[in-house]
Amino acid sequence: MSIGDHKHIILAGNPNSGKSSLFNHLTGLNQKITNVPGTTIENKKGILKSQHGVAQITDTPGTYSFFPKSLDEMEAVKLINNDNPPHCIVYVADASNLKRNLYYFSQLSEMNIPIILALNMMDVAHFKGLIIDTERLEKELGINIYKVNARTGEGIDQLKEAIFQDQFIPHYSFKGEEDNQEVRYNRIDKLLSKSVGQVNKNELISNKIDAVATHPVWGFLIFIGTLFLIFQSVFMLADYPMQWIEAGFEILSDWLNDNLAAGWFKKLLINGVIAGLAGVVVFVPQIVILFFFMGLMEDTGYMARVSFIMDRLLRGLGLSGKSVIPLLSGAACAIPAIMSTRTIENWKDRLITIMVTPLMSCSARLPVYTLLISMAIPSKMIWGVLNLQALVMLAMYVLGTVAALIAALVFKFIIKHQIPSFFIMELPLYHTPRWKNIWITCWQKAKSFLSEAGKVILIVSVILWFLASYGPPTEGGIKVQEVEKLDQSYAGKIGKVIEPTIEPIGFNWKIGIALITSFAAREVFVGTMSTIYSVEDEENFAQIRQKMRSDTDPDTGEPVYSIAVVLSLLVFYAFAMQCISTLAVVYKETKQWKWPVIQFVYMTGLAYISSFIVYQLFS
Amino acid sequence: MLLAELSIGQLAKITSLSESSYKDHLQEMGCVPGALIKPLLKAPFGDPIAYELEGYTLSMRKAEARTIEVQIIKTQE
Repeated sequence: MSIGDHKHIILAGNPNSGKSSLFNHLTGLNQKITNVPGTTIENKKGILKSQHGVAQITDTPGTYSFFPKSLDEMEAVKLINNDNPPHCIVYVADASNLKRNLYYFSQLSEMNIPIILALNMMDVAHFKGLIIDTERLEKELGINIYKVNARTGEGIDQLKEAIFQDQFIPHYSFKGEEDNQEVRYNRIDKLLSKSVGQVNKNELISNKIDAVATHPVWGFLIFIGTLFLIFQSVFMLADYPMQWIEAGFEILSDWLNDNLAAGWFKKLLINGVIAGLAGVVVFVPQIVILFFFMGLMEDTGYMARVSFIMDRLLRGLGLSGKSVIPLLSGAACAIPAIMSTRTIENWKDRLITIMVTPLMSCSARLPVYTLLISMAIPSKMIWGVLNLQALVMLAMYVLGTVAALIAALVFKFIIKHQIPSFFIMELPLYHTPRWKNIWITCWQKAKSFLSEAGKVILIVSVILWFLASYGPPTEGGIKVQEVEKLDQSYAGKIGKVIEPTIEPIGFNWKIGIALITSFAAREVFVGTMSTIYSVEDEENFAQIRQKMRSDTDPDTGEPVYSIAVVLSLLVFYAFAMQCISTLAVVYKETKQWKWPVIQFVYMTGLAYISSFIVYQLFS
Repeated sequence: MLLAELSIGQLAKITSLSESSYKDHLQEMGCVPGALIKPLLKAPFGDPIAYELEGYTLSMRKAEARTIEVQIIKTQE
């Protein structure tokens, strides 16, 4: 039976209604994020298997209205309102906030599609003193209602069963003589006055937390503390798995070296493929930890508070409180970060956020920073507590953030837009993290990172290995030949060609090769360096940083990677736009070639000029 | 009076909204005439402001709160 024969169910609801948790409960890990062809829009589909049957479930982005204000909401509407309507909509509503949750429901109820109403967060409703007469509500609406607890899984089995039974189209009319928001809300009020009662009112814990979390002093301190904690975890916690991964790859390449017959295949595998892959896999732990904290902040409701307290500051820079999520996610990866700008309703706010987010130091820069810093900066303690290397790393993050904010200010004055910016945002109730949701997200991000970045890096490494191992024929020869020295290879020749343009910022032709390859993706820098140096010196499997450190200028005998060169490289990688995938996403999100082109030019220009200044200052 | 002028804890009823590019959005979020609204807390620098609106918390900037006309129902907490 093909997927087309299954029942097709759509999950809809407001943001913060617990929709994602319910989706995870219904589908388990049977879910897949697919890209809608030609767009970056992610379609979250899952399969529900139960003893009653099999159904395909599509999750939609949470939205407040059928007349969408943001791109994210637009997508939700497109999934429902198309040529291939679903068999049934499962509408997830927060029972503790039924009035507003029923607004979007009222619009969906007019589409002639059967609806099941899943009332989530009944525990919060009870706490608030709300008593919901579901039988009465069922009768008024003319549909089946199920109480669920997406947190504990209560009521999920009944809901699963209901999906395979006949369902109904709501018959309650939310429209009066005219149809506007006021009339709809009045009709919802009327409906709820018959079915919802209020007994007592408990003060919500959320309000008490907010008194501290949004406090003018404590609020910012907590936010800075949170960032510091994330930063520390990314470096300290990720260090152990990273060492295991490095050790694992070392064992693997040693084993291959001992057990494979000598020849081009062995060289390709060890110096091309394995060296390149090791460079990517090694920073999966850091990505997972970053996404874990992002997920934690969003899931608990804290991220909305950060947006709330940061809005006033960011507004002056042409951004909005809603830019916080993309900017912080940019520290993990610019691609999902740019996609998360869809929640920003104002075009100018959104565009500026897209343009500056890639300046935030993403995790692809991490291995580059790590390698360079460990080469040039001594691992010295300052005042007995601060590690100098860690301090320089922190400085790189600050540098990226400051650059992003200044760039935003510049764009604010360049981009012209008439419609005023606004900030209208729900502050959801705090709740304890739903670990399962967070881990599923981390797992999906790590998987897509490995497969996407992995593909690019694998291809680039193999091509690079060839270019670095073979060279043009010498006089009289006709065939390409295997070369002894890197400077005779194709890669060497290319590096030499661009050397004059990068000499002013302190880079030699070897770095030039890495610059070219890392225009596909920054992290390729480390892989390229490994490949370049292992092609030159095949017997030595020592750490790449030792090889680079001992590299000297043949003319002067001075080390190639002097402090000036390393600092110049650091600044260059902080600012330069070296990520084809990001440019592609910017094009898809803005629908104009102009923006990725401007982004590429301004970032790379900024990188070149800054590196020039740094190199001239330190050399 | 305007929503932006309420002090924390004052309960008011929305009477009308003036025209703006985000009027529809405010109304969809529940800011319709007749709805009860109460300022809950202010962000640092006094802007944006979070309001309790018919069972949930909605935050908006002062500029947005100035487009909403309200009538005070209860002055004290």
